[in-house]
This record gives sequence, structure tokens and C-alpha cells, in this order.
Amino acid sequence: MFSWSAGRSGFARIVILLPFLALLSGCGVNNIPTYEEQAKAKWSDVQNQYQRRADLIPNLVETVKGYAQQERTVLEAVTNARARATSVQVNADTITDPEAFKKFQDAQAQLSGALGRLLAVSESYPDLKSNQNFLALQSQLEGTENRIAVARRDYIEAVRVYNTELRTFPGVIWASTFYKGNKPMQEFTVAEDVKQPPQVKF
Amino acid sequence: MLQRAILSTIAWVCLVCACAAQPLSFPALTGWVVDEAGLMDAATRTALTEQLAGLEQKTTDQLVVVTLKSLQGTSIEDYGYQLGRHWQIGQKDKNNGVLLIVAANERKVRIEVGYGLEGTLTDAVTKLIIESSILPRFKVADFSGGIKRGVEDIVQVLSGDAQEWQDRAAQRFSPENAPPAPQRAIWPAIIALLAGGGLLIFCAVRGGVICRAIVQWLLLALLSGGRGSSSGGTSGGGSFSGGGGSFGGGGASGSW
Repeated sequence: MFSWSAGRSGFARIVILLPFLALLSGCGVNNIPTYEEQAKAKWSDVQNQYQRRADLIPNLVETVKGYAQQERTVLEAVTNARARATSVQVNADTITDPEAFKKFQDAQAQLSGALGRLLAVSESYPDLKSNQNFLALQSQLEGTENRIAVARRDYIEAVRVYNTELRTFPGVIWASTFYKGNKPMQEFTVAEDVKQPPQVKF
Repeated sequence: MLQRAILSTIAWVCLVCACAAQPLSFPALTGWVVDEAGLMDAATRTALTEQLAGLEQKTTDQLVVVTLKSLQGTSIEDYGYQLGRHWQIGQKDKNNGVLLIVAANERKVRIEVGYGLEGTLTDAVTKLIIESSILPRFKVADFSGGIKRGVEDIVQVLSGDAQEWQDRAAQRFSPENAPPAPQRAIWPAIIALLAGGGLLIFCAVRGGVICRAIVQWLLLALLSGGRGSSSGGTSGGGSFSGGGGSFGGGGASGSW
């Protein structure tokens, strides 16, 4: 049975606790979901740019084939690497999975390497180098690589902010109470601009 | 007393804002032409400024020419998009800024294109402008001429004819090109309101030291909660400023 006094003290307790809830937004209770959404948006940018690169490749391979058919191994390597890279998909919800992230990263790095070799061998075909279509594709590819670099850096920065929020005060309080399911996101560990040097075969 | 001190300390900790360090230094944005390296003669600077002011008035596209003394050890691609973001070239809702960057020391030139113009000034188009209009003149040290021709070409692409213009507008406003808008949840505001009401009732019933400490903390907390929303694209003073546009690495580079 409830007595009036017990009810009253319960009410008073709630009234005392209420103001503290207001402090939550001041102390960044919103930060974790906000930073999470930002990092996810940056991640989809990264994915878009990689997709854009993958979309350019078939055209590039066809163009190079027209002039340099004997470079079959290099062309096949690019086609295969592209197929592998597009089959590995990491969506916004699985960037917290280190294994899936590493797979994505490795596949893209492999494609970068194969593309680098293709562009390197193209250098020795003057007709190809002066082909308008090839020049346009090459500049698009350069632009896309640059956009990938920018998108990756933006993503890394967003992840840094998010991961820091999860581990530092006061974010760590919310991470261990309200947002228990939030895991740190993965960062790129393979530098995109460190391209493998083209292999010279005799 | 001790309680109050602790509460105040925590509140101040919440308020502390770490200011992000800028690793690169950028020249001041003084107008449509920023000739830090001194590559152009006065007549060219004046003519370009007039031309670019006209372009911005007509299309709202913001094209800024900048010559740099040094890239500070980084690549022109890296410096370019960061400079564009720093200056916030282009209108905020359109991201229609373009930078023509000349790094004299490194002998590099780049056309950096804002998100919103990537569909018009494509990588291939910018590459073509650099290769055919700018570099041949730069190779014979005619910097004024090269920049003038480059700007002319860019302006031509940007102002196109009416029909092209319409298509471009449609392209520019596609959601794909717009940066994601930051979203703010509404429930914290509701909780804050409820809590504020609760606090008033509580203070009416009890009053005292604890109540004052809570009010103080609450005020501080509200202040710190509001600090994030006040940053805008405006820059203090000066007759020329960027419109809040952003860059994502579009464009092309060349070297001579």
C-alpha cells in the first residue's frame, strides 16, 4: 500500500533528478550519434568515389586494349582486381568490423596497384597516349584518385572525432550507458598514395 | 561549498573546446585575384578582377585566381582543396567555387573545382584548359598571358549559353551534389524544457545552496550546448569573402 509520504518523496526525487537531464545535452549526450552519422556520411563518400573509379575502368581497359593488346597480363590483372574490389562491399553499418574493413581496403589497394601498372605500361604506346578518349579517361582517373584521397582524409578525420568521443570524458559516460552498442570505427591503415612501383619484366 | 566547487569544475570541463590546429598556412583572401607570388602585372590583375566580379554577379559562380610562393611541402592537390575550404569559395548552397592555383616555386598549376561545379567543369575539361591554354604560355614564362587565357576559358565554360545554363542548374541542384545537412535531434530540447520546469518547482519548494549550484551548472551547460550551432560562413570585415562553398578534390593539375 502506498502512503502519501512515500509518494511525495518519490516525486521529490524525480523533481530533483529532472534538472540533471538538462545537463545531458550540454555535456554532449548528442555527440555520439551526431559524430556517428557524420562518419557514416563520410564513409559513403569514400565508397562513392571508389565506385566511380571502378566505373571508369571497363572503358579504360577497352581503350588500352585497342592499342596495346600484347599487354594482356596487365589488362587482366586490372579487370580481375576490379571484379574483386567491387565484390567486396562494406556498408555504413559494418565499418565497425575490422575484418570486413581490411578486406575492402586490401581489395582497393590491389586495384590501385594494378591500375598504376596499367598506366605505367601505357607510357610506351605513343598512339595510345595521344588518343583523345584515353586522355579524357586518364584525367578523370586522376581526378577520381584525388577525390578518393580527399574523401579518405575526411572519413579518417570524422572517425577520429567519433572514436575520441567514445573514449574521452564526458562521451565515455554516454558510451557506457546510453550507447552501449556503439563500437569504434575502423581507420585506413594502408596509405592510398603509396603506390607499388611498376614491375619491369624482361 | 566543496560541492559547488566540484560542480563548477565539471561544468567548465564540459565547456572546454579544443581548437583544431591548422597545419598549413594560407594567404589572406583579398579579392578575386590573390597574387602572392607576384607573377602578374598590375594591368592584368585589374582586368581579371573586373572580369571575375562580372562573372560572379552574373552566375554567382566564384572564381578566384591565386599565385603561391610555396606549397609548404605538400602537393598542389592537397593544398588546393584545403585552401578552397579555408576560404569557403563559392556560395554555401551551391558550392560553386573555382580556384586557379599557380605555385611558382614548384612549377605547378591546378584548377580546383567546388562540389557544385564538378558536372560542368569536369576533370577532362579542366585538364584540357591547363594543357592547351595555360601550360604553353607558362613554359615561356608568360604568366599573365597564361592565367588570362585560363580564366577566359573557365569563364566561357561557366557562362555557356542559356540552354546549357539551364541543364547545368538542374545538375547543380541535384541532391547528390549537396553536402549532407547536419541533423539535430529534438528530444534533448524537450527534456531540457521539462527539466527547466522541474528545476523551477524544485527551487520554489527547497531553495538553498544546492539549488544555486544547479542553476549555475545548468546555465553553463546550456551555453556549452549552444556553442556548436553558431558557426557560419561569414567572415568578419573586408569587402570580399567566400560564400561558404566547399571542395572535394575535383579538377586537374599540370606542371611546366
